[in-house]
Amino acid sequence: MLANIGFGVLVVSFITSLYGIIASVIGVRKNSLAWVESARKAMQITFPLISIVALAIILLLVTGQYQVQYVYNVTSSTMPLYLKITALWGGQAGSLVFWAWLMSAFTTAVTLRKWERDREFLPWVILVGLVTLTFFLALIIFFENPFVRFWVTASGNQVISMFPPAGASPLIPADGRGLNPLLRHPGMIIHPPMLYLGFVSFVIPYAFAVAALITGRTDDRWIRITRRWTLVAWLFLSLGLVLGSRWAYDVLGWGGYWAWDPVENAAFMPWLTGTAFLHSVMIQEKRGLFKRWNMILIILTYALVIFGTFLTRSGVLSSVHSFAQSAIGPMFFGFIALTMIFSVWLLVWRWQILHAEGTMHSILSREALFLLNNLLFMGILVVVFWGTVFPLISELFTGQKVTVGPAFYERSTGPLFAALLLLMGIAPLSAWGHSTVKTLGKALWKPALAALAVVVAAFAGGIRNVWALLGFLLVGLVIFITLFEYFRGVTARRRRTGEGWLTALFNLMARNRRRYGGYIIHLGVVLMALGIIGIEMFQTETQGTIPPGGSLRLGRYEVTFTRLDIFDANDGRNVARATVLVNKDGRTVGELHPRRDLYFDSMQPMTIPGVRSTIEDDLYVLLVDWEPISSTGVTFKVYHNPLINWLWIGGFVFILGMLVAAWPDKDPQPVPVAVRRGQAVPSRSGGD
Amino acid sequence: MDRKTGKFQWLALLGVLAGFLVFAVSPVNAQQPTPSDDDVNRVARQMYCPVCENIPLDVCPTQACAQWRELIRLKLSEGLTDEEIRQYFAEQYGDRVLDVPPARGLNWLVYVLPPVFILGGVWLVVRVFRSMQRSPATIGGDSAESPPTPSAADDPYLARIEEELRRREREGI
Repeated sequence: MLANIGFGVLVVSFITSLYGIIASVIGVRKNSLAWVESARKAMQITFPLISIVALAIILLLVTGQYQVQYVYNVTSSTMPLYLKITALWGGQAGSLVFWAWLMSAFTTAVTLRKWERDREFLPWVILVGLVTLTFFLALIIFFENPFVRFWVTASGNQVISMFPPAGASPLIPADGRGLNPLLRHPGMIIHPPMLYLGFVSFVIPYAFAVAALITGRTDDRWIRITRRWTLVAWLFLSLGLVLGSRWAYDVLGWGGYWAWDPVENAAFMPWLTGTAFLHSVMIQEKRGLFKRWNMILIILTYALVIFGTFLTRSGVLSSVHSFAQSAIGPMFFGFIALTMIFSVWLLVWRWQILHAEGTMHSILSREALFLLNNLLFMGILVVVFWGTVFPLISELFTGQKVTVGPAFYERSTGPLFAALLLLMGIAPLSAWGHSTVKTLGKALWKPALAALAVVVAAFAGGIRNVWALLGFLLVGLVIFITLFEYFRGVTARRRRTGEGWLTALFNLMARNRRRYGGYIIHLGVVLMALGIIGIEMFQTETQGTIPPGGSLRLGRYEVTFTRLDIFDANDGRNVARATVLVNKDGRTVGELHPRRDLYFDSMQPMTIPGVRSTIEDDLYVLLVDWEPISSTGVTFKVYHNPLINWLWIGGFVFILGMLVAAWPDKDPQPVPVAVRRGQAVPSRSGGD
Repeated sequence: MDRKTGKFQWLALLGVLAGFLVFAVSPVNAQQPTPSDDDVNRVARQMYCPVCENIPLDVCPTQACAQWRELIRLKLSEGLTDEEIRQYFAEQYGDRVLDVPPARGLNWLVYVLPPVFILGGVWLVVRVFRSMQRSPATIGGDSAESPPTPSAADDPYLARIEEELRRREREGI
């Protein structure tokens, strides 16, 4: 019954979306506000409709309706309630419904805004939103229906279909297969929704870009409207990536946080273009430059969002993250191709009116440095994209799929990331329009000296790795420049207003959240870079088989095996749990419990590390193997991960910065450009 | 003792020392016929599980990978170098077991294309920058011939912040 209701509402949502598309096209063709309004209503109705569909699936999951194939595949009676609910996005069909639901929520939210000043954009934004939504709904209905059920025909054959064949009766399995063990983690509550939110919310700026191209209104209005949407999209995507890294660190048992896996890359690529876009739109707002480039960036970001979903869902590339594979790949491929062709055609059509309104004078101006920043982001994108798809190309031409592992990505992107860090330090010191070596040098030399002192201290502390020292120099430079920026801003404000330090700091940030939020984001990034330098350049590991009472030594740490307990847990797992004592410099500092869980329903093992975390480092212990009969030997793998926790701390700072930057404030009216000779800040509007 | 005899004695002494070292080191090797787990992981880290795609061999939990790690141990004990073992596995299971594609044939593309794209990007940026420097400006009288120069104030940066704060307050932002 519930499955029938869910499917019925799903079909109604699909028809409503189709109607919305038709209504918006008619609205444009007839220049009819009534038709456009009707399309808007259709879009707004999709949200409650798809909410009912999602709710129906959740109810089926929670109540254990195993005759529904999706429920059978992703839940079992032993799973806790939160995992049964989150199983909505634990499999192919459910995750597509979740995608569509979030998409409808965002597009509905967009249509609720005031459109008086931008009425001509409305039908096109609705059209792009609904075309994307309809594509996903079509995939769900025709290829990945979450409501199909098991039936037994009169002749005893088992059939999977939405409706019962003649004379068939329901087949109800006693229990489900359960969720993939990798997904049985509290991170399941928040990591996938954040990534999905990031993906779908990037559709909004793309929809406005398309609307701007079609209507020919190619000033920066579309950028101003979508500024906050873009920041929100970026916030969610960044959160998703950081949370995913932490999840991988906790669950995969590889001792690391990022494996350059195809699905990780799939989420990383739109983040790269999105980050480039966030920087590049500022150039258009301030200087009227790079209109074409901004269009290209947002089109690329949208294409990469769909491509990322395609990679995850199609099964063309195997990954530890690919939890769902099906035949929807060609559909995705076709959709990407069509949207790309359409977008490129629009771009070519409007190429001439997308000309720059200003000029670039100096290679050291902020817009020039932002341009370099964009070039570096694109360079990283090319490396990641090419490394991700090359196995497919190799298979296509040679019949053999090669592996492109972390070594390739690290060697190729390392220098580009280092250059990005350098730019992150220098760009905030340069002025829009024009900067000279002298003005830049004057602002730079104090932070540079402080950063050099960090390197000297690191060298004196025994660090001889040249790349690590270079990394510390760049990290130090960005940190000191950012702090220096705050200090100078607060000092200038205090001098003008006589406010106290904290009040001046608060008011300074409140008056220009975008700039000072951006600086906090930069701080977050460099703290993350510190963690990455730590684990990438100083990680050590050892592995050994030791009897009870035996020890493994790694640097200043000693791990002593004390006992191994093997038992069945009441949630369908067999658990092998070791207890080890951790000594540092001869002093006991704690006890860890690395374990191996074997899930009976899928017969899949999970290696859960025992981790001792401090601000300085992590000791990460894995239970690799053991001898079950004699228990004379247990194999442990021990990683020492210096500075890794700065990666997570940086993540928090990063999110904080984004919240500051994206916090709603008054939308400033465009300020006429008044650039005169001798004026230091040629600016088209706000004060970034 | 003449100089020739002295030289001969020094050479003899060095020979004895070298012989002693060889003798002393050989038993150590003989006592460690089995390479350690760390030795095995050093090689396995540079390879991927031939069965489970995209899982490094040193961390893959399957029985097959445990056996392949034992094979690496065997090959190490036979005296093969890391690279020879990698090649052995590549011959047996194909290039997909290697963590990076070997630089031959079509695989060259994976190494060549990104730098070509990036260099192309650099060329494009330079071209855009030059063309913009040449083209006349359209914003508020801003022109390539007369770029805005920094303020003559003592600290142009502080002046910029102060000016900006004043402007934003004027606008009530």
